[in-house]
Amino acid sequence: MRDLGIRVLIEGVNLQRLLLGLAVTARIAFIAVAFSMVLGVPFGILMTRRNAALRFLCRFYLEAMRIIPVLVWLFIFYFGLARNFHINLSAAAAAVLVFTLWGTAEMGDIVRGAVTSLHRHQYESAHALGLSEVQLYLYVIIPQAARRLVPGAINLTTRMIKTTSLVVLIGIVEMLKVGQQIIESNFLKSPTAAFWVYGLIFFLYFILCMPVSRLSKRLERRWQS
Amino acid sequence: MTDTMILDRLNAVKPAEERGAPLLEISHLRKEYDGVPALRDISLRIDKQEVVVVLGPSGCGKSTLLRCMNGLERIQAGEILLDGGVLTTEKTDWRLIRQKIGMVFQSYELFPHMTVLENILLGPLKVQKRKRKEAETAARVLLERVGLYEKRTAFPRQLSGGQKQRAAIIRALVMEPEIMLFDEITAALDPEMVREVLDVMLELARSRMTMVIVTHEMQFAKAAADRIVFMDEGEVVEDSPPGDFFVKPKTERARRFLNIFQF
Amino acid sequence: MGYMVDTAFIVKFTPLYIEAMGLVLELCFFGVLFSLIIGLFCAIVRYYRIPVLRSAAGVYIELSRNTPLVIQLFFLYFGLPRVGITFDSFTCAVTGLSFLGGSYMAEAFRGGLEAIGRGQIESGLSIGLSRSQLVRYVALPQALAVAAPALGANVIFLLKETSVVSIVALADLMSLAKDLIGLYYKTNEALLMLVAGYLILLLPLSGLFRFAERRLRYAGFGN
Repeated sequence: MRDLGIRVLIEGVNLQRLLLGLAVTARIAFIAVAFSMVLGVPFGILMTRRNAALRFLCRFYLEAMRIIPVLVWLFIFYFGLARNFHINLSAAAAAVLVFTLWGTAEMGDIVRGAVTSLHRHQYESAHALGLSEVQLYLYVIIPQAARRLVPGAINLTTRMIKTTSLVVLIGIVEMLKVGQQIIESNFLKSPTAAFWVYGLIFFLYFILCMPVSRLSKRLERRWQS
Repeated sequence: MTDTMILDRLNAVKPAEERGAPLLEISHLRKEYDGVPALRDISLRIDKQEVVVVLGPSGCGKSTLLRCMNGLERIQAGEILLDGGVLTTEKTDWRLIRQKIGMVFQSYELFPHMTVLENILLGPLKVQKRKRKEAETAARVLLERVGLYEKRTAFPRQLSGGQKQRAAIIRALVMEPEIMLFDEITAALDPEMVREVLDVMLELARSRMTMVIVTHEMQFAKAAADRIVFMDEGEVVEDSPPGDFFVKPKTERARRFLNIFQF
Repeated sequence: MGYMVDTAFIVKFTPLYIEAMGLVLELCFFGVLFSLIIGLFCAIVRYYRIPVLRSAAGVYIELSRNTPLVIQLFFLYFGLPRVGITFDSFTCAVTGLSFLGGSYMAEAFRGGLEAIGRGQIESGLSIGLSRSQLVRYVALPQALAVAAPALGANVIFLLKETSVVSIVALADLMSLAKDLIGLYYKTNEALLMLVAGYLILLLPLSGLFRFAERRLRYAGFGN
């Protein structure tokens, strides 16, 4: 190859900068996933309650999060909050907030599915033993439901990692943005830089998500049979 | 072809002079699953117009034998001949062979997205490329014979188990096969529906259809079979007329098997 | 909050939004169409374990499912032209959507095909059906019925995924909203219309699929 565009990746601090960008991406994903997993559990349990008003509210929240694209939510929080409430969220904070709101809804639905898949008798026999509501969940329901929700939760994690790629559209300096900068500064020197840089980013996302989704598939297969 | 001609053809009892000529011959058949032998060394001859009932404890290989006859299982050694032609070569076109060998399964396996009539016509129209009118007439004649003509537009889920199995028999019969294989076709049925299916088979036997039947219905075996083939552990242990087999079985294994059915 | 919505602004820019919605629908239509073709092809190739093609389909599905559309589009639109492969924006977006959607559709079809029992295939074989006849008359109709809800969900998914195509310079709903916010500072109106635009596209579709799914379940085959 004449211009050896791939060299752009190893020249100077380019690779280091890309990896730092990856770290920003990963941090956003990690924080959002952690919050979602934690908040999703109580939200999911709320969804299984009999109270009709409560159920409707939860359902409405879940459906709203689902039907509207995450990127639209990102716009609403990033642009809308600043405009109306003069809350100037940094782009990264807006991203974490939106991904957490969305992730909590999805995680909640996974928890709901796992909890309702348990047999009624489990509740009845726990009540018969005189366990309190909190004890019921702590000792009986959650340990049993946990196993059923692990594959779904892992799967959600890969979806959330992929979703972090959206933040380039609200201008956070992360992997993609760094990539753009590298490409621009090398535009004359190595015209094929874009191919290699975006190729690498593509690959980085892939090796971030693939093992996780493999794991989720394997667990799903093993635990369902 | 007129209706009456089709009717005559389908209802005709096959001429007696054909009897006794070999139709299906199996020699030294061996079948393994991952190195574990399921059929050890089977040799068996089925003559034209003969009704052979295969008996044996579960796991003895009788269903596997039936499936080998229809090419649903690969065999490791031996030969199967139909009408003198070898079926077990690499070049065997099972599509052609299977049109001559009808098979009915324990779990009916009607196609759930098709009506009874569509199920029955699929083979004649798409495989044999017969004319729709002729195939429909043939289907009607057969459906009337088993009392299912009113159900022709029903979907399988709307039928009882016995009705489903009768429809499945017609699906195989309408191809006008030379031999019919029945794989425990009453095993999944409620007791009160077993009879209606056995009656259909008995009638087929009387019209001299060549049949190989795997079943656990001893009374039916006595009534319908020309020959009983008793299998155990992948081998043919006994091959005798029902009169002999049920009255004075030759082997200890057959005696033990028959005792299970006695109270 | 003491803030009036500028209705005149909304009226003025509604035609632009409608145009952008049209673009989104068009992208989604072609994306879904090609996704279905790719997905069906991959599912059949894997179902019949056709050598080479089967592994290729497996690699494609892994790549497609484990990378975000944004990155796929960047690579297609900015990366590939640098090595001599050029797309216009629309083709690029449709290619990206199809690349992404194909694997999701393949998984949906696969689920449908796997739900068909071995006995169904054997009984098809026993009346002499050929492989292609088996697919056409026995496997596909049943697989489609099983896969329908997942296929519907994928259509919704792809429609939502179109929201990122502004990065390949298409004037979709997102880029329109962003422009209006930047040019006029009419944030609320622009966002309101953005949400309305997506809801108008997504709600009827999602309702339709739910209705169809329920009908399908009641009419379910069941053996």
